[in-house]
Amino acid sequence: MQNFIDINNDEKLLNKLLESDPDITIEDALENEMVINMGPQHPATHGVLRLVLKLDGETVVKCIPELGYLHRGYEKMAENMNFYDYIPHTDRLDYTANLCNNVAYVLAVEKLAGIEVPERATYIRMIVNELGRIMGHLVAVGTFALDVGAITAFMWTFREREFIQNIFDRITGARFTTSYTRFGGVASDIDDEAIAMIKEFFDRFVDTHDEFERLLNTNRIFVDRLDGVGLLPKDKAIGLGITGPNLRGSGVDYDIRRAAPYMFYDKMDFNVPVYPEGDSLSRYFVRVDEIKESVKIVRQCLDQIKPGPVLSNDPKKVLPHKDEIYTKMEELIHDFIIVNFGINPPVGDTYMAVENPKGELGFYIVSNGSGHPWKMKIRSPSFCNIQALPLMCEGQMISDVVAIIGSIDPVMGEADK
Amino acid sequence: MELKELIANKFKENFAEEVVEITDFRGDISVEIKPEKIVEICKFLKEDSELDFQQCVDVTAIDWAKRKRRFTTVYHLLSYNKNHRLRLKSTIEDAKNPEIDSVVSIWSGANWYERETWDMYGIVFRNHPDLRRIYMPEAFEYYPLRKDFPVMGIPGSLPLPEKEED
Repeated sequence: MQNFIDINNDEKLLNKLLESDPDITIEDALENEMVINMGPQHPATHGVLRLVLKLDGETVVKCIPELGYLHRGYEKMAENMNFYDYIPHTDRLDYTANLCNNVAYVLAVEKLAGIEVPERATYIRMIVNELGRIMGHLVAVGTFALDVGAITAFMWTFREREFIQNIFDRITGARFTTSYTRFGGVASDIDDEAIAMIKEFFDRFVDTHDEFERLLNTNRIFVDRLDGVGLLPKDKAIGLGITGPNLRGSGVDYDIRRAAPYMFYDKMDFNVPVYPEGDSLSRYFVRVDEIKESVKIVRQCLDQIKPGPVLSNDPKKVLPHKDEIYTKMEELIHDFIIVNFGINPPVGDTYMAVENPKGELGFYIVSNGSGHPWKMKIRSPSFCNIQALPLMCEGQMISDVVAIIGSIDPVMGEADK
Repeated sequence: MELKELIANKFKENFAEEVVEITDFRGDISVEIKPEKIVEICKFLKEDSELDFQQCVDVTAIDWAKRKRRFTTVYHLLSYNKNHRLRLKSTIEDAKNPEIDSVVSIWSGANWYERETWDMYGIVFRNHPDLRRIYMPEAFEYYPLRKDFPVMGIPGSLPLPEKEED
């Protein structure tokens, strides 16, 4: 102790020491600002998101997200393969709700190429789309609860997700990498067993979802932890380009399924949950409520669906069924042409936006009339939602950063493309 | 089309000389403008009460490879109140050093999309607050989505971090 005071009093000695060792600091250790690096390998950043945080004690002064750790160049790849080849890659965008991406991509190409879809195929697409949304939201709320310390909720949501994956296994033949949709329809029809599985799942799921809500919504630790954390005001949310549940959690009543209906969403009776508070808790409430609305939509689809073809008969643009390829000459020729030269949409550019679990997923495709897209831009919702992180984190505690990331629910497969 | 007429009239009244073309393909309305007054036009689109484009959904670019005017920037706009969308396109004259004014001052959400476009196409957005690469490392010398960048990549363009000596 005596030594320390001597150093401080002796200015010459102090300067000499400071010059020789750059690590010495004479300021109060508690007054310093600290820069820490959160991620990319951090369990709470939902993938490989990296945040550079400047802290004053425990308060976040500045937050800078860094992306690109999962950049695979999907837009470049799209320019170099034909439209059909790209369907499996859409699984890997938002990997918590693969089927939603499959549906979004084929809708975008169908809009560009002008392909008609049979009614049954559209209903099947809506069913898998909404099941995918339930799956995505289950992962979102489950991991969100895990991030703030509620481990039971995570187990429960992943148990339900497992059942949905079993349904997908039955419908598409794969649990995870589904690649189910085709231009002009879907790859295979759903059978009675799949429908029975969905109905059976819903009968139980309604109760378990209620149970899940009771577990968290009345949990004081959970609610107090999130109430008022990560505020995102309405005008800022719109300006920053936030979409989806995060936008509705800030009080903007906008859902593409209702504002610009695609498929048969205009025939469906469902509510769009909106919470005006704009904090982490309201974003969680939006997701939980949306799960219930999705259940409602799937039930209506199951009531309305009628037998019929699941792939349109448009030989120049839609791949014929394998049985026909092996038995008929014309189909074989068309199959050869489509596989080798592509579906050749007309020259032009279209932007198709759909409501995905994470927000507005848009495909902007520029066609020059050849089998490959000249340019394809993926407007991914997670990318833009992460953009709001600095605004939401600054001024909060460092432990809240984890909760805020969980509440905006980014998926890096989509944000990094 | 109602919206198309409205937009055509608005542009005719205010920016008649700036408009190159207004097209309508598959229900998407697209306005091509000259790049010089893009900030003024965007400001007008946002502040006009009938158009009211509150959100910039997406910014990207198209590389036309062999055309003389090689790069076109594309903006997708959305109005929540009026529930309509618009695509704004602007072709940059200079193919060697493409530059255009940034619209971040109007829609703060365009920030990252312009960074992405700079990263992928090398288009400089003037007056952008923080024009850094977003996906690729800062030291990367190429612009991957340009048509002259090979799909397989350029060997050696992404050097591994140097090994630290123990």
